[in-house]
Amino acid sequence: MEVVDIDARAAKLGINWSQVNFDSIQLPPGEDFGIESDDEAVYHDDQSEFDTGFGNIIVVDHLPVVPKEKFEKLEGVVKKIYNQLGVIKENGLWMPVDPDTKMTLGYCFIEFNTPQEAQNAKEKSHGYKLDKSHIFAVNMFDDFDRLMNVREEWEPPQARPYVPGENLQKWLTDDKARDQLVIRSGPDTEVYWNDARQKKPEPVHKRPYWTESYVQWSPLGTYLVTLHKQGAAVWGGADTFTRLMRYQHSMVKLVDFSPGEKYLVTYHSQEPSNPRDASKVEIKVFDVRTGRMMRDFKGSADEFSIGGPGGVAGASWPVFRWAGGKDDKYFAKLSKNTISVYETETFSLIDKKSMKVDNVVDICWSPTDSILSLFVPEQGGGNQPAKVALVQIPSKVELRQKNLFSVSDCKMYWQSSGEYLAVKVDRYTKTKKSTYSGFELFRIKERDIPIEVLELDNKNDKIIAFAWEPKGHRFAVIHGDQPRPDVSFYSMKTTQNTGRVSKLATLKAKQANALFWSPTGKYIILAGLKGFNGQLEFFNVDELETMATAEHFMATDIEWDPTGRYVATAVTSVHEMENGFTIWSFNGIVIYRILKDHFFQLAWRPRPPSFLTAEKEEEIAKNLKKYSKKYEAEDQDVSLLLSEQDREKRKALKEEWEKWVMQWKALHEEEKLARQNLRDGEVSDVEEDEYEAKEVEFEDLIDVTEEIVQESM
Amino acid sequence: MTMECVNPEGLRFNQMRSSSHQTLETRMRPILMKGHERPLTFLRYNRDGDLLFSCAKDHTPTLWLAHNGERLGTYRGHNGAVWCCDVSRDSSRLITGSADQTAKLWDVKSGKQLFTFNFGSSARSVDFSVGDHLAVITTDHFMGVSSAIHVKRIAEDPQDQVADSVLVLQSPDGKKKINRAVWGPLNQTIVSGGEDAVIRIWDTETGKLLKQSDEQVGHKEAITSLCKAADDSHFLTGSHDKTAKLWDMRSLTLIKSYTTVVPVNAVAMSPLLNHVVLGGGQDASTVTTTDHRAGKFEAKFYDTILEEEIGGVKGHFGPINALAFNPDGKSFSSGGEDGYVRLHHFDSNYFNIRI
Repeated sequence: MEVVDIDARAAKLGINWSQVNFDSIQLPPGEDFGIESDDEAVYHDDQSEFDTGFGNIIVVDHLPVVPKEKFEKLEGVVKKIYNQLGVIKENGLWMPVDPDTKMTLGYCFIEFNTPQEAQNAKEKSHGYKLDKSHIFAVNMFDDFDRLMNVREEWEPPQARPYVPGENLQKWLTDDKARDQLVIRSGPDTEVYWNDARQKKPEPVHKRPYWTESYVQWSPLGTYLVTLHKQGAAVWGGADTFTRLMRYQHSMVKLVDFSPGEKYLVTYHSQEPSNPRDASKVEIKVFDVRTGRMMRDFKGSADEFSIGGPGGVAGASWPVFRWAGGKDDKYFAKLSKNTISVYETETFSLIDKKSMKVDNVVDICWSPTDSILSLFVPEQGGGNQPAKVALVQIPSKVELRQKNLFSVSDCKMYWQSSGEYLAVKVDRYTKTKKSTYSGFELFRIKERDIPIEVLELDNKNDKIIAFAWEPKGHRFAVIHGDQPRPDVSFYSMKTTQNTGRVSKLATLKAKQANALFWSPTGKYIILAGLKGFNGQLEFFNVDELETMATAEHFMATDIEWDPTGRYVATAVTSVHEMENGFTIWSFNGIVIYRILKDHFFQLAWRPRPPSFLTAEKEEEIAKNLKKYSKKYEAEDQDVSLLLSEQDREKRKALKEEWEKWVMQWKALHEEEKLARQNLRDGEVSDVEEDEYEAKEVEFEDLIDVTEEIVQESM
Repeated sequence: MTMECVNPEGLRFNQMRSSSHQTLETRMRPILMKGHERPLTFLRYNRDGDLLFSCAKDHTPTLWLAHNGERLGTYRGHNGAVWCCDVSRDSSRLITGSADQTAKLWDVKSGKQLFTFNFGSSARSVDFSVGDHLAVITTDHFMGVSSAIHVKRIAEDPQDQVADSVLVLQSPDGKKKINRAVWGPLNQTIVSGGEDAVIRIWDTETGKLLKQSDEQVGHKEAITSLCKAADDSHFLTGSHDKTAKLWDMRSLTLIKSYTTVVPVNAVAMSPLLNHVVLGGGQDASTVTTTDHRAGKFEAKFYDTILEEEIGGVKGHFGPINALAFNPDGKSFSSGGEDGYVRLHHFDSNYFNIRI
């Protein structure tokens, strides 16, 4: 605040500065005025790096003890050794001499230009053999204090008492089986229960400025990660969101979890000061539970992206793609002509080397197995065909590959249980002027991985969207021309046709450009986002029928809850108007709407996969009626209670209003004479009569309303 | 003059609360009145409900027949946008406030100018007192003149009319416009609201500030409109903060609050049913899409008591700047940035709306 601002504010509050006695103001003691800062610890961590000015000095021990005559020779030898490892400062070498005997003491100090050089010299020369009896022991000067304090005798570390941690899965035990969602709007980040029965969200936790950019759930829903200037933090726990761990990575921009949420990858890139340089990228991999940094990767952005030089500013996220499955064993990085696959036991490359694949542009893990699919485009002007290959990790054996001709682009889509891989192939027509699309379908789980080619009924249709049914055998494609493309459903196996893909149906002329399958399959939302103003069609693929059509005007985002019971559609702040979200049931009935200005983000808390076997799930589905009875009764109770509450509320509101009206009428009557006087004695009875007549009509209507309330009982 | 009947489904009421999601449609024909060449600013019915006065940014307030939208005449003489008007109880006098820095008194029947009040700045709002012997006029700030509320005595005979103010009230922040000032019960108070989002009640005897709205419950952004009940007991304010609020006129107690999705430019209260109407829309300058739905240029009906939306009236191709209910409660009119006045007569379905 500037002085002018302070003056203005003071004037507004009616404070006269000159009369304020500053000594009379009592502030709580301490620099923080008694308010503890949340970030204190991190702040201190940062500071420690720059604690002393001796970071560039090393101490070399176990030098020969020499008399005065040999001093210069020894000095020469030491200088020679260390000049190879870094630049020694002028007069940077100091070898102390015993003042009595004039003998050296067997150690020296060397000051380098930079702490990095000192560190390097220490690492390289520690253990250096000058001769048999003189093996160098090199330490940083800064470490000396610490080393001096080491006790002579070893003390066994004290076993810390076991403190049971919080139940991080508590939210799954909600007795109403509700799901949670997090939203960000304005400065606030809020977590809610989606209480569809009560037709409103129930707040769980709210914090202003919880994160400095965005929030993200871990893949199994255990943690909520927030980003800050100093690093990332994860939150979770039994009842409220407490901070579980912090990961120091200053100016972190992006984060990513491994699928089993064992590791957290954080990303930071720094724009170069010189625009011709590549931006600097730093990626750290942390162990989520312990907070330990397992490995960090530094380099220029070029090493982490495949876009040619000067192409993309940063790397495409996630840089590290995790292999499927919960064990988080492998992760891979794609860079120019190489695929680097790391394993998490040692955090080093498998077989200590990357895979060389010339011109590879895309890789994709199977969501369940350690199989990597990769795509290499055409080379040599079409002489060398494009290639899609499946590679087994860690053996690096190519399981299957397919060569493709006159290909302009490929996109790979894995089905969620890793059974199928669909590759959308865009090919040039003969004239090379336009492209058309088709699919190559791999059946991973079958012997020899058969490949099938699928072309759309109309080959020239453009493919707008593609999506696999989660855990299912079907997929949906939006194809054709905007603004009214067609939507087709295919199945990898039907009862008549187990080994071949067959078309189930085509819906003509739909206003859709995006597909959102329910996480349990069967239901899909055909959505027309952006240009289509938020048209929604809730479709049942089993019955091939539309359950509902609706519109969430200008909707930008759609997300199913993890159970497939509800869907959230949201208008985020890319639009100025009508920010907020709507919760729908799976079949397209609006449950409730919430409007929030400056709405940024909505994310359902994921659930870990069910422990039930497929057979057990089927059995439950079969006997659904038996189970649902109990819940239906509960639903009924709740809705009765709701309507009861609603009626009570309405009644109270009406009574309150009546009170006001009565008061106003009384006052109006009281002031009648005065009003007449103001109107020069004009008898305003006519007006009053009219007024009364209206009142009667008005009361009639109230009666009608009450009748209806009773009817609805 | 043009008169068109368009859009037979102008009014659509959704029964929002009922489980079956019925839609009640009233097939009434709005009358589209095109007489203004610029955006509308204000609408006013006379007490009998047979005449409708409209003000617009063109310079001529216009008089219409309220039952069929026939244009009766215009009041020529202003040299700038006309912001506001009021008509006397006996429908003989009209007062208008204009950006040409004047407020004018007119003979309603002949259209003759009777008197001109000159100010140093634009006259934003006008209102006749009970008995029509006084008028309150608010003026904007301009070139060092701060915004103010003026009370003028209105003479029985225009010959005796004088320009002097009986009372001048200065707003605490002279740089903010006072968008509306009206008389309280028995002319004892003046209620004002404006760009500083604060509602103030002034004593007309002493000129003292009696009450002002609480920062917590009051509006957060500029108050654009203010409409009072026929018996001066309560009033409704609309604001850019996307809410309208209903206040007790004597105690300035907040009674109800209505939340919508767009800035509110105009408000009106039904004299017959417990309905309030809010009109507005995205600022013309921020409308970026061509889709008329994007701007939400709807007149929204709310249940006064339950504060719940009942339905909306579409039709304008721009924000709604003015709303007025016929004193009989059976029709209302809206004026838009698009230069049209739309006159809606309710049909029987409207009177049976239940929520």
